[in-house]
Amino acid sequence: MPSTEDLCRTFVEKAKAVSAFVSEISSEEDALKYVIDLCEKKEACQLLASGCERDLSAKAEDLCDGKQKKVITAPGLKKALYAKLESRCNKAGFDCIKSGMRDHLAGVDIGLTYADYGIAETGTLMIDCPGEELRLATMVCEFHACVLPKSKIRKDSYAVEKMMLTRMKKSPNYMAYITGASRTADIERVLALGVHGPLELHILLLEG
Amino acid sequence: MQKANDLKEYREELRESLDNDFLRTSLDNFAVAYRESRANAFKDMDVKGLIDEIACSKDGVAANLDALYQEFKGNAEGAGITVHFAKDATEANAIIAQIAKDSDCRKIVKSKSMTAEETLLNHALEDEGLEVTETDLGEWIIQLRHEGPSHMVMPAIHLSRHQVGDLFSEVTGSKQDAEIEKLVKVARRELRQKYVEADMGITGANFAVAETGGIGLVTNEGNARLCSTLPRVHVALMGIDKLVPKLHDALRILKALPRNATGQAITSYVTWITGANECAAGADGKKEIHYVVLDNGRSELAKDPLFSQVLRCVRCGACANVCPVYRLVGGHKMGHIYIGAIGLILTYFFHGKDKAKNLVQNCINCEACKDICAGGIDLPRLIKEIHARIQDEDGHPLPSLLLGKVLRNRKLFHTLLRSAKWAQKPVESEGFIRHLPMILGKEHGFKALPAIAETPFRDKWPDIRPDVAEPRYRVALFSGCVQDFVYPEQMEAVIPVFAANGVSMEYPMEQSCCGLPVQMMGEKKASRDVAVQNLRAFETRAYDYIITMCASCAAHLKHNYPKLVADMPGLASKAEEFASKVIDYSSFVHDVLKVDKEDFNASGHKGTYHSPCHLCRGLDVHDAPRQLIETGGLEYVECVEEEVCCGFGGTFSMKFPELSSELLKKKLANVEETGADVLLTDCPGCIMQLRGGLKTKGSSIEVRHIAEILANNLK
Repeated sequence: MPSTEDLCRTFVEKAKAVSAFVSEISSEEDALKYVIDLCEKKEACQLLASGCERDLSAKAEDLCDGKQKKVITAPGLKKALYAKLESRCNKAGFDCIKSGMRDHLAGVDIGLTYADYGIAETGTLMIDCPGEELRLATMVCEFHACVLPKSKIRKDSYAVEKMMLTRMKKSPNYMAYITGASRTADIERVLALGVHGPLELHILLLEG
Repeated sequence: MQKANDLKEYREELRESLDNDFLRTSLDNFAVAYRESRANAFKDMDVKGLIDEIACSKDGVAANLDALYQEFKGNAEGAGITVHFAKDATEANAIIAQIAKDSDCRKIVKSKSMTAEETLLNHALEDEGLEVTETDLGEWIIQLRHEGPSHMVMPAIHLSRHQVGDLFSEVTGSKQDAEIEKLVKVARRELRQKYVEADMGITGANFAVAETGGIGLVTNEGNARLCSTLPRVHVALMGIDKLVPKLHDALRILKALPRNATGQAITSYVTWITGANECAAGADGKKEIHYVVLDNGRSELAKDPLFSQVLRCVRCGACANVCPVYRLVGGHKMGHIYIGAIGLILTYFFHGKDKAKNLVQNCINCEACKDICAGGIDLPRLIKEIHARIQDEDGHPLPSLLLGKVLRNRKLFHTLLRSAKWAQKPVESEGFIRHLPMILGKEHGFKALPAIAETPFRDKWPDIRPDVAEPRYRVALFSGCVQDFVYPEQMEAVIPVFAANGVSMEYPMEQSCCGLPVQMMGEKKASRDVAVQNLRAFETRAYDYIITMCASCAAHLKHNYPKLVADMPGLASKAEEFASKVIDYSSFVHDVLKVDKEDFNASGHKGTYHSPCHLCRGLDVHDAPRQLIETGGLEYVECVEEEVCCGFGGTFSMKFPELSSELLKKKLANVEETGADVLLTDCPGCIMQLRGGLKTKGSSIEVRHIAEILANNLK
């Protein structure tokens, strides 16, 4: 059995290899601070090359008109933690939401989620998201920040097989392996991040 | 897509691809980059073990399709999903159109599915008045261009950023720069509203897990997640071969699929959907989900003892990634809908003989695909089998029939070769034929053809056969026809090194051509008859080894003879014993005789190496010949792409001279770059190709069989 440190080291190495940003945090508070900072630094979607600067057909343009303020979404967060996030967002002048994702399909700035497990072999996050709000949060955010407790890192996909089956048998179930940001190499095999999903993936490794 | 009516038209299409510089450069770059990233992704893993496990698990699926389907259907329906069985493409398309009608869907977003390409689903749905938008970037591009995919994983690999820029300018009505990063964002924004508007999402499935009734989707862009989340109806179309018994089987395939496809350890997203999920847009907040499981001949395939292995395919596309012919002509010419080696095979089963008949001839039999296949499918063999089947149905072309007839009669064959020597007299010069015979056009002029030798090896043997007292090993020599009649000096080169190492030799006179040329031409019966003759010619028990100097003969004798006579009780066990004793020259000299550097004079020459396909992949021999170059007194310099085909491929180079010549050009450029003055290899076919090409180029690089340098430099 590899030690937690070994698994953690492999996980970090593999996640970084697919251009995920990995940081260590010592408390959940740190996670909140991280996303607020990230959101502050992040330019609104105009400059993010998420497509706003491009001339588009009228219909595609319309979709963006609804979005004015920066938005952080965190549908899966525990109540108390969400309340803290909400108050910090208010202070910083961001919208904070945990539902109504279908009203934000043009995109939100940041999605903050919790991973169920990490898979060291590939630097993968396993996120169980049968609820639509959480699922959409991981799909339409421009930056996805995900907290992963170090103790939840397993060696490979076989090591999370049982946990997957337990969840699948409690159907309906929708589960995701997420490894790095959304990517494509469909034009001339040149790698480009952020096709349909997040442009950046930030993994916050939580002590313990 | 295949439109050519005959081989002549098909060759004209191939020529168009050869003239497409952008395509050629992209595919060249891809072939080289892929090899490295794949090796990296599989580093420290037991790849062969993994492939064996996948093959074994998928074979189990093929043997239990019905039961697995029932289990999958039961579990899926128990979780609120409707499961439909479609016997063919038309039925699958009709089922999906009906679902759209019943649920009042008008707009559809789709994520990439080769199965939907197979059934031509988009056309069928559009005919019903439905709007279908592909959301995978590459698929969207080719949909807008009204094309089929040119690669199973990278469907738009044949297009440049400029072509995509022009296309997107048209679509958006605004001028778009040809910058990839920006073009990707245009697609992101344009397609986002399509998800919002859509009533139905259609996906494929990489796995249909029987024990849970759920599916798994492997994607990079994240479009399958949006397609399966936002619209109120989700339809997943999958071949019945996507069934796996356990989640574990899916996870196992997942270890190989992305690594083999693109050299990624895993894709950005793997999505597991089990049961009718929450969906705010659906009735009662639930998603309406339908699985359409397509047969389209797969159940029949599953019952075929040889072809059932086709169902092991996980659609990674690696067989195209490593195919030297794909690299030259691209997917539109190397497939109909499915592409690469597996595409040649699936085209026959899913789209019929007419679409497949030209394609299946375009395999150079280098075995690169077999070597890389995630399911361990013997792709070159299946391609040849289909070629043979089509010829049996449609009639055999005259040259192929004639060769078959001639080879089955050794004496006639050898008499013809002897008379050819006299016929070539007026045009022969320095061992090459000066003018090409009339039957070969100028397209064969890329290499000089060798002349038939003055005296074949078989006629020399009685005079040169050495007596070796108290031998360490007793061996029989199998010459193959090229070394017997064209390059007897390569056979002669065996004698001094063997004699000096205590090896006694026999040359059974009744031996003939190994039969590979007729097998390549789809003449299965002739191939078998020749095998039988050769098996009868050898007193297998009397020898420790059967040595061949030709990698192609060796691989054919070793791997195909037992298969060819498997149903002949009298010969089957002899063939097994025969095959077990067959060894190539380099392995015998290096691994068995273990010759010593001290026994050879240093020549001061620089030697580089060309690895014959049937040696490196056919027999898995890599180190022995390279070390023998050093042992034999030369300095070995490595050549780029040493294990890539030289373009000979036996009868392939006669049938597709334009492809053969391009492969040779690339090979020789790499060889010249090494600065070596001798090019060594282990196969007379490769020597014929390489020497002929260098002669035409006027190069001074010599081409030699490894045995020749050892004989020359022996102290």
